[in-house]
Amino acid sequence: MSSREYLRQLPSHQRGPSNRDLAFRLHVDAPLLAGLLAIMAYGMFILYSAGGEDINLLIRQSMRFLVGFTTMFVLAQFPPRTFRFWTPVLYGIGLVMLVLVLLVGIEAKGAQRWLYIPGFGRFQPSELMKIAVPALVAWFFRDRALPPSFRDVVIALTIVIVPALLIGKQPDLGTALLIAMSGLVILFMAGLSWRIIGAAVAFVAVAAPLMYFYVMHDYQRRRVDTFLNPEADPLGAGWNIIQSKTAIGSGGIDGKGWLNGTQSRLDFLPESSTDFIFAVLAEELGLLGILLLFALYLFVIGRCLWISYHAQDLFSRLLGAGLAITFFIYILVNVGMVSGLLPVVGVPLPLISYGGTSIVTLLAGFGMLMSIHTHRRLIG
Amino acid sequence: MRLRDRQRESQIIQMRLIWTLAFVVIVLGALVSRMIWLQWLQHDRFQALADQNRVQTQAIAPPRGLLLDRHGRILADNQPDFSLVVIPEQVRDLDAALNGLRELISIDDDQIERFHTQLKQRRRAWEAIPLRSRLTMEEIALIAEARHEWPGVRIEAEAIRHYPHGDLFSHVIGYVNRINAEDIAAMDEATLANYSGTNFYGRAGIERQYEQRLHGKVGYRKVETNARGRVQQVLEEIPPVPGEDIHLNLDLDVQRAAWDALGSRRGAVIAIDPRDGGVLAFVSRPGFDPNLFVTGISLTDYAAYRDDPDRPLFNRALQGQYPPGSTIKSMMGLAALDAGVTDWQRTIRDPGFFNLPGTTRIIRDWKRGGHGVVNLHTAVVESCDTYFYDAGLKMGIDHIANFLAHFGLGKITGIDLQGELAGILPSREWKQRARKSAWFHGDTVNTSIGQGYMLATPLQLAQTMVVSARRGKQIVPRVAMGAPAAEPQDQLVLKNPDNWPRMEAALADVLHGQRGTARAAGHGAQYRIAGKSGTAQVFSLASDVEYKELDVAERLRDHALFVAFAPVDNPAIAVAVLVENGESGGRTAGPVARAVMDAWLLDGKGSLRDLSRPRLQPDEGATP
Repeated sequence: MSSREYLRQLPSHQRGPSNRDLAFRLHVDAPLLAGLLAIMAYGMFILYSAGGEDINLLIRQSMRFLVGFTTMFVLAQFPPRTFRFWTPVLYGIGLVMLVLVLLVGIEAKGAQRWLYIPGFGRFQPSELMKIAVPALVAWFFRDRALPPSFRDVVIALTIVIVPALLIGKQPDLGTALLIAMSGLVILFMAGLSWRIIGAAVAFVAVAAPLMYFYVMHDYQRRRVDTFLNPEADPLGAGWNIIQSKTAIGSGGIDGKGWLNGTQSRLDFLPESSTDFIFAVLAEELGLLGILLLFALYLFVIGRCLWISYHAQDLFSRLLGAGLAITFFIYILVNVGMVSGLLPVVGVPLPLISYGGTSIVTLLAGFGMLMSIHTHRRLIG
Repeated sequence: MRLRDRQRESQIIQMRLIWTLAFVVIVLGALVSRMIWLQWLQHDRFQALADQNRVQTQAIAPPRGLLLDRHGRILADNQPDFSLVVIPEQVRDLDAALNGLRELISIDDDQIERFHTQLKQRRRAWEAIPLRSRLTMEEIALIAEARHEWPGVRIEAEAIRHYPHGDLFSHVIGYVNRINAEDIAAMDEATLANYSGTNFYGRAGIERQYEQRLHGKVGYRKVETNARGRVQQVLEEIPPVPGEDIHLNLDLDVQRAAWDALGSRRGAVIAIDPRDGGVLAFVSRPGFDPNLFVTGISLTDYAAYRDDPDRPLFNRALQGQYPPGSTIKSMMGLAALDAGVTDWQRTIRDPGFFNLPGTTRIIRDWKRGGHGVVNLHTAVVESCDTYFYDAGLKMGIDHIANFLAHFGLGKITGIDLQGELAGILPSREWKQRARKSAWFHGDTVNTSIGQGYMLATPLQLAQTMVVSARRGKQIVPRVAMGAPAAEPQDQLVLKNPDNWPRMEAALADVLHGQRGTARAAGHGAQYRIAGKSGTAQVFSLASDVEYKELDVAERLRDHALFVAFAPVDNPAIAVAVLVENGESGGRTAGPVARAVMDAWLLDGKGSLRDLSRPRLQPDEGATP
């Protein structure tokens, strides 16, 4: 059987894109790109209303998208083995910068999160770790036997916990937890036994109250208090959550109409173009608008998992899945916060919220996923 | 081996990927169900909350009705004023905001305390609480500059009460001031709603008496506001119904004449038109500036009023109770005639004292050496005490008490002002009840010249002249124009109605006769006046230690009284004048009464005007 004949007979997903496919040659995954563009267009549409019809805001957001897409496109050109090679280096640099942040970082709002890099500007090292941590865990398991042995689990946990502790020290508990999660999901993908998962969940249930009393900072404790009982201080800490729930609830099934949300446009809703933009969407476009957004998100996550499913080496598979799940966790945490299911943690709604370096980080992740998908080779 | 291993590993990851997808779908489902809960099942509740956020119902205070004198001249109106108000719901740290504002403009402890009291009271949410009134332009600029620092603090324009004549009408018109907890507590729900935009409440005088009519009906404005309380648009407006303007019977010129005639002396003047009971002048001096009370009087100003020995806050006309003295002699004479114990011909010899029958007790006449031979006419004209000692004793206290009650003594007149005192018309029953003691002849003797237990307010004295002028027909005095109070059924009918004109002639001789005690007051009058002077001995003040240091001699002098009505043949004004420590009724109080009567009865050229027409034509009234 000639190789061409062999290829012809393979199921389509194993055959890979044809050489005539422009997207394939540019190392871009068309469905994923389409999903991302749809979400971003939708996001700009909401941001126009949330930002008070400010065109400049949209222009600045577009600039970030442009930077993000460039990063994505550039990363997609490299084969996954390049990422695999550079992962430990990236992780090492990130770790050093996290230590530096604690020593010489720029302080803002009671936390040291930024590092000033001459000629580059302000930089948040934890943003780098959002990719580096899952990548190193995936790298660690690249040639290990699965399911992981106890020793491997301990090493993987160390990879995760060290940066998480450093970030928690800044203090930025929200990001620390998110980064820890992004590393832990790789462990899960690697086949961590359900018994250990069950034990961990039980441990967290016991440890959480202890954390509250002995580890948390006052401002963190206040956030938890507010989450548990926002009505206790309706004008102070509880204000955000009460107003965002009111915005969502008053939107109803079909919403108040684009540009007609009273909660956001009359400034009752705080942070309406950044962390709480989901409430603006919910208020103006209603449940139907939310379902459309969730559908787009689900499509993107599904495509990422599909890519991961068909990835050809362990590193790629684990990294791809890890990035996809991290993306989903951001959605979950943001929507959960805005709708009053989770405590207030400063997490933007992926690809929708205005500003932040997170857009670039996220698109960099998607660039790696595209690289994974478009650099497949046939296994003989 | 390695290949098999890879397959197994691949299966593990593929299983986990499927698990992951399931997890994602389940969690998204959970989020969707949360949205359904919020947006579908709880939609109505959140819709209401959002509207509550956005839509504020603001009460619009109705403009308070004006007070006008009988010719339409303004006695109380409303003027714009800028005040600093706070909406507590919008202030995150109230104490910090208050302290910050105090650094900016002067706000005294009083105002802070009043603010806190009002904060604790039953009030509508999002309602502004006034912190300081009468901001100057400078202060407005200072606050406007710093207003972004304190959301919920703003400057509001409001109409505040203004009394253009200051203290002139203070004791009759009274004043309004900030509505307080007691006012609110006394209101039912409907009234409370009607006052939701109102910051002022009638506190005294006419302002209090006619509060309901003056207030009007509250209006509402539904507005959309943003989170900082700034109004974005008006959604709906129900305009307030302004309070009713109230025309008073008071005449600015008569009031001013009375005020000026009293001068710097302490006292009271009441003038009533006996034809309709309309109160023409109601003066108590010293007065106070009601404008100071409107936005809350400062402690210093209040202490000055409270500690002033002249007691400017004391309403002498309504609440000052004085022995009426000789001013009741005409009524006492009519009582004696009606009882049949004397007539116009009968004479007695007055040696200057009266010997209480059956005792050795001597009671002196005010005139040493006595009046000689006197009949009833001369006894009234010259104010002979001995004549009335004798007559009083002959008719007895029961008859006196019954007869004088017809003139309104011993009971409130029912004037449309609150806090009126009733004085004392002594009787056997009264003494038994109040003093737990029997009635003695000596008491009757004292009562017959208006001394002893007898007390009356200047208003009551004016009322005795109203009844006298109307020849026994009572009428309730009214400050406000409009429907008069129900006519009292009680009417004094003399056994011989001719005694009315004969007594009026005697009273006229008090001013116009050669020997009248108030000849000076009657001199040069363009009309005939019936009047009677009186002096009230100062009992209570003599023992008032507090006053002694000031001017003991002055404060111990008798109070001068004068009552009158005029013109005799067609009475159009009844007057009572009290001058504290004025000594001589005829010489001190009489001229005051005359000035008041001239102001009411004379036209611009100084002759008696046509009393059937208003004193001023409408176009004259327009120019103050």
